[in-house]
Parts: sequence; C-alpha cells; structure tokens
Amino acid sequence: MSATDTSAAPETARALDTPFEIGGVDFVSRLIVGTGKYETNEIMMDAIRASAAEMVTVAVRRVDLDRTKEEAILHHLSPDEFFLLANTAGCYNAEDAIRYARLARAAGFNDFVKLEVIGDEATLLPDVHATLEAARTLASEGFKVMAYTNDDLITALRLEDAGCVAVMPLASPIGSGLGVVNPYFIREIKRRLEVPVIVDAGVGTASDACVTMEQGVDGILMNTALAAADDPVRMAHAMRQATIAGRLAYLAGRMPSREIAVPSSPTEGMLD
Amino acid sequence: MTTETIQVRLNGRDREVERGHSVLSLLESLELHPATVVVELNREILGRDRYPEHDVEDGDTIELVHFVGGG
Repeated sequence: MSATDTSAAPETARALDTPFEIGGVDFVSRLIVGTGKYETNEIMMDAIRASAAEMVTVAVRRVDLDRTKEEAILHHLSPDEFFLLANTAGCYNAEDAIRYARLARAAGFNDFVKLEVIGDEATLLPDVHATLEAARTLASEGFKVMAYTNDDLITALRLEDAGCVAVMPLASPIGSGLGVVNPYFIREIKRRLEVPVIVDAGVGTASDACVTMEQGVDGILMNTALAAADDPVRMAHAMRQATIAGRLAYLAGRMPSREIAVPSSPTEGMLD
Repeated sequence: MTTETIQVRLNGRDREVERGHSVLSLLESLELHPATVVVELNREILGRDRYPEHDVEDGDTIELVHFVGGG
C-alpha cells in the first residue's frame, strides 16, 4: 500500500469505527450523498462511487412526457447497489410533503423518507412546525422518517418524540457551502438525542466535512459540495476521507487546546 | 373512421387519449416502463398490480412520477 492509496480509507474506517444504524439498517459509510445538479449522469456516478456512500438521495418529480431521450435516474443508479433515500424537497407544507413521501414509498424500494418542508424561498430554511406535523403523520403510517431541520435543540427533541429514525440539522443553508455555522448547537443536539444525528446541508469543502464529524455526529449528507465542485469526482474522494478523518479524530479525543506553547522535546539533557 | 377519445388531465396538461385504455396500456403508449413509474389517479396512489385492470376514465386527473436527481 502506498501513502497515496486512497482505497485504504474505508478499510481504516471499518477497523477503527463501528457501523451505524438508521431505522434498523446498518451503514459503514457515514457519508450520504445527493444526486442533484451534476453536469452528466456519468460524472454523478463516478462521484458517488468515489464518495463510497451507501445511502443516496433522490427526488420525486413528474415524468417529463415531452422528453426526447432523457433517461430515468434509476437507469444509472442501481437500487441493488445503493440504498435509495427519497426526499420531499420542494414541498412548502405538510400535506405536500406527505403526498410526495407516499408516492416515493409506492416506488417500492423502502419505507425511508428524507422529510424536508421548506419555510422560506430565500434561505430554504425548514418550516419546523410543518415538518413536525408531517413527521408525526408519516411515522404513524410506518415511514422511517429522516427529518431535515434547523439547528434548534427543542425541534430536534420533538422530531425524535414524533418517531423519526434520524434527525438531520443543517450545518448552514442548503447549497450555501458555508460549513457548520453553529458547532455548539450541533454538539448539543447530538448529546441529547438517542436517534442518529446527521448533519444535512451547508458543507462546502473537505475541512467543513471534517469539522462537522469532529462534533461527534453520526453522519453527514451533502449534494452541492460535490456537484458544484470544479472536479466532483476528486472532491468526492476528498469528502470521503475528510468524513472518516473527522470521525476518527472525534473518537480519538483531541488534546486540550491552550494558548501557550509547550515543547514536544525533552528540556533535560541539553548540551552545555 | 374516427377513434373515440376521452379527455384526461395528464401531468398537469389536458390531453385526449383513446377510450378503452387501462393504466398499463396508457403507460405503454407513452413508452414508459411501468416498474419505474408511480401512478397517482385522482389524488390516490394506484398500486402497480392494478395497472392492467384499472381503466382510464373521462375526466381523470393522472400524475405519473418517478425518481430524479436531488439532494
């Protein structure tokens, strides 16, 4: 194995980390990726494979009946290779989100849904009241709800009470690439919840993913950071390794930081 | 000879289709693979096993959806 052998990274994760469970399904990769906004399906698939993600998000939309030769995403993204997580992106109220979730489940792959109810077009911040309402209904219908939410602890606790199998606070607004703007609240949510906490949205580059995972969360979900990079495949490699690095650094427990220098080499035994 | 048609609303557009289509034959006429499309008929999801037997009726509102790229 050479020092640049990137394939070592997932093996390291397997050896030094444990799989994590969402709604009864085990995942080794703590990185979940989206499938939106890629220039071509080929680049998308190469990036997804480079990310080593096992869970991949998709959206539910009308079939374009005027299409010439557009291919359905499942033509590229095999449900046998990836765990498909359908989202309710684009929904602005609970009723629509529930409708999209039911349509997604009728596709017949699994009972999971990434619940997303947007409250404001400019910031794409979630409508937490509508998200809670939809989460309760969907959980009662047997859905395994992974709820996108803001970084508010109380909402996160209510979503857990509503029966969500994972709570997904944002790092910063969708597509912003600003990274984790409030690491303290992310840590606090992780400390207080029993269900997995996955940071969803706002990560821009590898250091953001690393810092996110260093907060102790269970996983991270990203789309634009890969799709909008100049080289999405290279960025996907970087994100895979940054996610593992941040996770392992969290598990390792960092040294205390202090604003004073302390020598690493012995001060004894110096020559006269 | 004229073929008898009915009026439906299909994915947000008014459209004339031949009378006598099942949901399955409608999908086939649109060159859609039934296994990759979810059908919502008058706001109710139609199970895939019912596509062959369920007839498309005049005035139906039909939504045909599938998975696309998204985050």
